[in-house]
Amino acid sequence: MDVLLQQVINGLVLGSMYALVALGYTMVYGIINLINFAHGEVLMIGALCSWSLINILQPAFPNLPGWMILLMAMALASMAAAALNFAIEKIAYRPLRNAPKLAPLITAIGMSIFLQTIAMIVWKPNYKPFPTLLPSTPIAIGEAVITPTQLMILGLTAVALAVLSWLVNATRLGRAMRATAENPRMASLMGVKPDMVISATFIIGAVLATLAGVMWASNYGTVHHAMGFLPGLKAFTAAVFGGIGNLGGAVVGGLLLGLIESIGSGYLGELTGGVMGSQYSDIFAFLVLILVLTLRPSGLMGERVADRA
Amino acid sequence: MLSQHVLQVAGVSKRFGGLQALNDVHLNIERGQVYGLIGPNGAGKTTFFNVITGLYPADSGSFVLADQLYQPKDVHLVAKAGIARTFQNIRLFAEMTALENVMVARHVRTHSGLLGAIFRTKSFTQEEKEIAERAHELLAYVGIDTLADVKARTLSYGDQRRLEIARALATDPQLLALDEPAAGMNATEKVQLRALIDKIRHDHRTVLLIEHDVKLVMGLCDRVTVLDEGQVIAEGTPAHVQRDARVMQAYLGTAQV
Amino acid sequence: MLNTNALFGNRWLLASVLLLLPFVLQPFGNAWIRIADMSLLYVLLALGLNIVVGYAGLLDLGYVAFFAVGAYLFGLLASPHLTDAFPWIATMFSNGLHLSLWMVLPMAAGVAALFGIVLGAPTLKLRGDYLAIVTLGFGEIIRVFLNNLDQPVNITNGPKGIGSIDAVSVFGHPLSKRLDLGFIELPSVTLYYYLFLVLVVVSVVVCHRLENSRIGRAWMAIREDEIAAKAMGLNTRNLKLMAFGMGATFGGISGAMFAAFQGFVSPESFSLMESVMIVAMVVLGGLGHLPGVILGAVLLAALPEALRYVAGPLQEMTGGRLDAAILRQLLISLAMVGVMLWRPSGLWPKPEYGKRLQSVEGRNA
Repeated sequence: MDVLLQQVINGLVLGSMYALVALGYTMVYGIINLINFAHGEVLMIGALCSWSLINILQPAFPNLPGWMILLMAMALASMAAAALNFAIEKIAYRPLRNAPKLAPLITAIGMSIFLQTIAMIVWKPNYKPFPTLLPSTPIAIGEAVITPTQLMILGLTAVALAVLSWLVNATRLGRAMRATAENPRMASLMGVKPDMVISATFIIGAVLATLAGVMWASNYGTVHHAMGFLPGLKAFTAAVFGGIGNLGGAVVGGLLLGLIESIGSGYLGELTGGVMGSQYSDIFAFLVLILVLTLRPSGLMGERVADRA
Repeated sequence: MLSQHVLQVAGVSKRFGGLQALNDVHLNIERGQVYGLIGPNGAGKTTFFNVITGLYPADSGSFVLADQLYQPKDVHLVAKAGIARTFQNIRLFAEMTALENVMVARHVRTHSGLLGAIFRTKSFTQEEKEIAERAHELLAYVGIDTLADVKARTLSYGDQRRLEIARALATDPQLLALDEPAAGMNATEKVQLRALIDKIRHDHRTVLLIEHDVKLVMGLCDRVTVLDEGQVIAEGTPAHVQRDARVMQAYLGTAQV
Repeated sequence: MLNTNALFGNRWLLASVLLLLPFVLQPFGNAWIRIADMSLLYVLLALGLNIVVGYAGLLDLGYVAFFAVGAYLFGLLASPHLTDAFPWIATMFSNGLHLSLWMVLPMAAGVAALFGIVLGAPTLKLRGDYLAIVTLGFGEIIRVFLNNLDQPVNITNGPKGIGSIDAVSVFGHPLSKRLDLGFIELPSVTLYYYLFLVLVVVSVVVCHRLENSRIGRAWMAIREDEIAAKAMGLNTRNLKLMAFGMGATFGGISGAMFAAFQGFVSPESFSLMESVMIVAMVVLGGLGHLPGVILGAVLLAALPEALRYVAGPLQEMTGGRLDAAILRQLLISLAMVGVMLWRPSGLWPKPEYGKRLQSVEGRNA
């Protein structure tokens, strides 16, 4: 039972990060029907930027507490990532908005590899240790433990979701985003500029992804140029799992996927009699994806949309 | 021996969430008829089309094609059984030439496979020749044989509609189902379309036609069924239906009748 | 753009160039012939993927899986690995496991086709982007299995890979040994070149025949509009499976040849980047257009290798940050974004007027 509790905690932490990234995927898909393959790389760039920033900030402000440095770096890195994502959308995706569906997909894949390669060049391909800015003494919860970093992840995610919820439901921008997602033409007739809404979506997605990236780096202790690929793919799976285009679904999908992965890889060895161990944990996300798309393509909370002839 | 009854459907119902799109719709088409399906916008005409051709599953209904019961579940099996359709929004194979569009519709009546293609067997080459010949015939039939090697997406609107008809005919259908073939056409094009459908009828084909242009329908069709809000409100000859009080009421506000 | 009349119209010129290429390259070193050999293997892969993506319009991002299947199949059946790892196999085959070329090719094709159908089956109802991700997932799953199937039973030897793979033998002569014809001596790389060239020529003929056939047209109809295709009577499910299966066979054959050529296979060679690169070859070259696909394959396969010679000085200039592999990735990714923005139908797309123009340029294969 104690093992299960630990897996649950780990799963929720992992799932929170998936949720943040999944939101980026689902928002973009909801508005322009594009799977932004490069979204995982935004997570990576955000994390690497924050790593560089911390290496500058720490010696510059030796008296500031670790968590403050971390938050400052997160904020600055978010801005950089947002600017990058804005530029990517404007340069690479916007011209292809009306192109046949293969083109933007290829561009997105190309962009993903491009970003990884640039990261390799700028930051060099080695795995870099991420500075520990938070106290590392774990706190006991029953028989399980939770580290301050993990607590921060859960806390920050909750805050981010609350802010996003407010943004989407209570602000003009949020209304414009929801309207564009439902019916772009009507929205533009009502005075909403689609370009602005789309740019805003990419910016918000980048901020969320950076948060997730910095937290990922804090939790696992390393950053490197390829760190965004798998989390990105899994977050996409989470978005589909929850119902693509549905914000609540992205969160639910993310948390559930985190739990499935954590609990599953913990027990996989026992289940398969030692044949398959936790090295296979990465496959879980893919299996979930395939199952969801085969059995219930609209996801947990998505609507069933018929294909009109 | 070809049966007298081409299409007999009864009790067709279809619900989309809260909307009853079709309610106990029935239709009987005899061989050699041009049969019209009319009704105001949203009456359910295209939904009915989609149901009988298998694109949407029906909630209920019996479907008989040339005296054979069929289940409109698999779209391609419906085509194989003998209903060929065109689409309201024209769905041609855009990057393929006009000739290729028609040739590919011969697929369901031909059988060469991978091995034949790779090894260029005698039966393959023979079949290819027949497919190409028949495709040219059909293009000439609808009047666009000179455009055989032109990519479908570069054709004019009127020619694209004709190509769609030629493509549907290539499947050797029992029933040719045309979904608003005159949509977007100018007066001259409509005259040409009417001539084409007359020609098709003269060659003993059976046609089911959805149309908004009441004048066109009245001039062309042997019999007509009128749908309104998913239900059949009148059926009979065009002259008869035109004077039906319920039909006039349904069209109230549309100046055409 | 390129004057196809000059190149393809004159068959003899093309044939001579291809046949004499190894001799032209030899003075620059055998490494260049190796590059030509690998390029030919990539051409096979691109031709295969072209069937799936170019003809049938199914974006497969996990195509490298079939390459891996073919490679490991040959690796397992023509190396000491299985006999070393499983004593009972060693007793069954006391001379070791060695497979001849004529057995390998059909087996690799057949097993790959099977995988193609199995991996394609779950994707039949998926639309474009989802299909891409699921196939990507399958590619990764295969790689993870190859990497981890060394426990509990050592089937694939995990990350260490399988080595000491036999060379292919043609008429009794193993291609890993030079061939002494008296007046001339052909090094191993040249022998492999001619073998691969034969395979490529046969593949091009097969693809061309498929393209201009009932099945080819059916695939293209599915690519253009699947609903209309169904409405015209096409059994899209079976046709898609056929496309996956047929496309996979090329991957399997190429993989088997790769294993023989290298003498060694490991999961590293079958990464997502490979799948992406093969997709890039097809899309950037000219989707569905055989000359374009071949051009794309040759460019993306040979160019990065050629870059190694440029990369040296660049590497020094940037303090080791830019090496050949990174440069290659940079160029491919930029090409993918750039071509989609400025020349989306590829470098050498199908001519505008379809068959008429092609027949003017002279009938080819």
